[in-house]
Amino acid sequence: MVRNRILLVLVVTGLLASSSLAFLTVAPNRLVSGVPIGFGRVLHGWSLVVLVPGFVLALAAFLPQRPVLQAGIAAAAAGFLLLLLGLAGSAAALLAQTVPPVARISLGGAFWVLLAAAALALSDGLRRLALPRWALTLAAAALLGAVGVMLLSGTLDALAIHREYAARRTMFAAAILRHVAMVVLALLPATLLGVPMGALARRRPGVSASLFPLLNIVQTIPSIALFGLLLAPLSGLAGLFPALARLGLGGIGILPAVIALVLYALLPVTRNTAEGLAAVSPAVLEAGRGLGMTQPQLFWRVELPLALPMILSGLRIATLQAIGLAAVAALIGAGGLGAIMFQGLFADALDLVLLGVLPIALLALAANALFDLGIGHLRRVPR
Amino acid sequence: MTMRLRDPLLWASLALTALAALMPHSKPLFAALFPGLARPLFELDGCADLLAGHLLLVGASSGAAILLGVGAAIFVTRPAGAEFRSLVATIVAIGQTFPPVAVLAVAVPVIGFGFYPAFIALLLYGLLPIVDTAIAGLDAVPATLRDAARGMGMSEGAILRKVELPLAAPAIIGGIRISVIINVGTATVASTVGARTLGLPIIIGLDAANPAYILQGAIPVALLAIVLDLAFGRLLTALQRRRHSRPGG
Repeated sequence: MVRNRILLVLVVTGLLASSSLAFLTVAPNRLVSGVPIGFGRVLHGWSLVVLVPGFVLALAAFLPQRPVLQAGIAAAAAGFLLLLLGLAGSAAALLAQTVPPVARISLGGAFWVLLAAAALALSDGLRRLALPRWALTLAAAALLGAVGVMLLSGTLDALAIHREYAARRTMFAAAILRHVAMVVLALLPATLLGVPMGALARRRPGVSASLFPLLNIVQTIPSIALFGLLLAPLSGLAGLFPALARLGLGGIGILPAVIALVLYALLPVTRNTAEGLAAVSPAVLEAGRGLGMTQPQLFWRVELPLALPMILSGLRIATLQAIGLAAVAALIGAGGLGAIMFQGLFADALDLVLLGVLPIALLALAANALFDLGIGHLRRVPR
Repeated sequence: MTMRLRDPLLWASLALTALAALMPHSKPLFAALFPGLARPLFELDGCADLLAGHLLLVGASSGAAILLGVGAAIFVTRPAGAEFRSLVATIVAIGQTFPPVAVLAVAVPVIGFGFYPAFIALLLYGLLPIVDTAIAGLDAVPATLRDAARGMGMSEGAILRKVELPLAAPAIIGGIRISVIINVGTATVASTVGARTLGLPIIIGLDAANPAYILQGAIPVALLAIVLDLAFGRLLTALQRRRHSRPGG
């Protein structure tokens, strides 16, 4: 009798993937496609341990779903995830001894499917446990810590993605910094402009009627087209005023990218500010007026704090969007993680693409989690 | 008639058509605008061809995404699929934090260059907003309406077709709108992976420092996105108007 169909689907998906796809691939160099190494071939000796949590998960799908079992499922899924990573690293290290040093050992489809299935099983188990927010944060930190220890201890050094990293350590760190800088540099002006614009749009329907269609059009235009459309006027400006060019204003580089990111970020920030302010109940405003508050006091002490969760969710949308768009900005020479991604794309090197893409995805997930924490905290604290 | 003449959708569509038709004859214009350029007009592919390629990629991927996305939303809102709802919601929520271009970049080394990696990436990413809004739309159908339809002797399939889907249509179309607009943008970047879209002149123009090429891709693609957005806006207004004119419908 199946008691947890989600778990069953995940286990079956994992089994199918591990029997049909490569767990690792070995290629003589970056340009040639690799030879697949199946999951079965890396399972021997101590590495058979990885089957224990896998077996627990398969069995748990048929047991009555009690909280204690959910905790077990979450623990088994987390264990499976970490063992899988360790197994991939150590199997790659063993393989590396048998092949020339230029050979590249990459993670295969089976690894990624198993990893995703384990992560989904973990998140489903945690969801059913209905843990408080701090416990979830702690669990995420513990998992990330374990992955960090594995990275630092050299367990994953033989994998091609780590080799790509090792070949460009300083460039990689600079790319992350530049990516984050682009996002922050875009969000600051977008917040400073968007919140007042949203407040104005809330007060004056005329402003709102002309502002939002305009911002909506900007939001509609594909990022690379907007970069392109900004290019000609910006390089024209730089040509007219050499002083501006010295400041970095031109068609190419980080500044035009930041300008485009600000334009994109304005819609979510402005719209959510206006909606958040509109949602403040008139009774609360009346009470504030009754206490003798002036209009500015009312705005700063009542309206803005009450609208803050909504404004923050607008900022969340703007941040996630900016993290993704900053990757495209590499095409106009803005650098960042997108530069690594496109370098890999043009060289047809998946590991290099992943070295760019994984930090972008992690940045987005981290930003999302931070906003979740912040907004959840604001909604809970009585004010 | 005066309203019809001030219709932004009409003018934007006309401008896009005119742009596609006149671009091959615009060489003297771009030569005058950018006198320093040896090749002022992108002639590798015609603007109309690239527009058609762009529409084909977006149309095919969005069509598939609509079928799969609405199908998935219907499945998880039935009693038989309710258990998978949280799983689908988790995948959609996490998937949407990933940038669309990242999906594209990973699809290429796995599938190869050309139309298909772009198609798969656009399909996968385009699914997310559709599933998201379709679930919300189907959820918002009042349970009392469903019960009333059941009381009238309607089958579950008929309730879905005649009650739930029509009521959820504005939400679903809102999701399709988001998905299509994102896909127009991702299809533009997809020319870096060998898809023939309006992004091609932009990418080649950026690479060769040719601002004329960039404009010849950026202006039509921006206009295309605006036309599609306006068209979806029009569709949504029409749906809402129909609903208000048929009380209880």
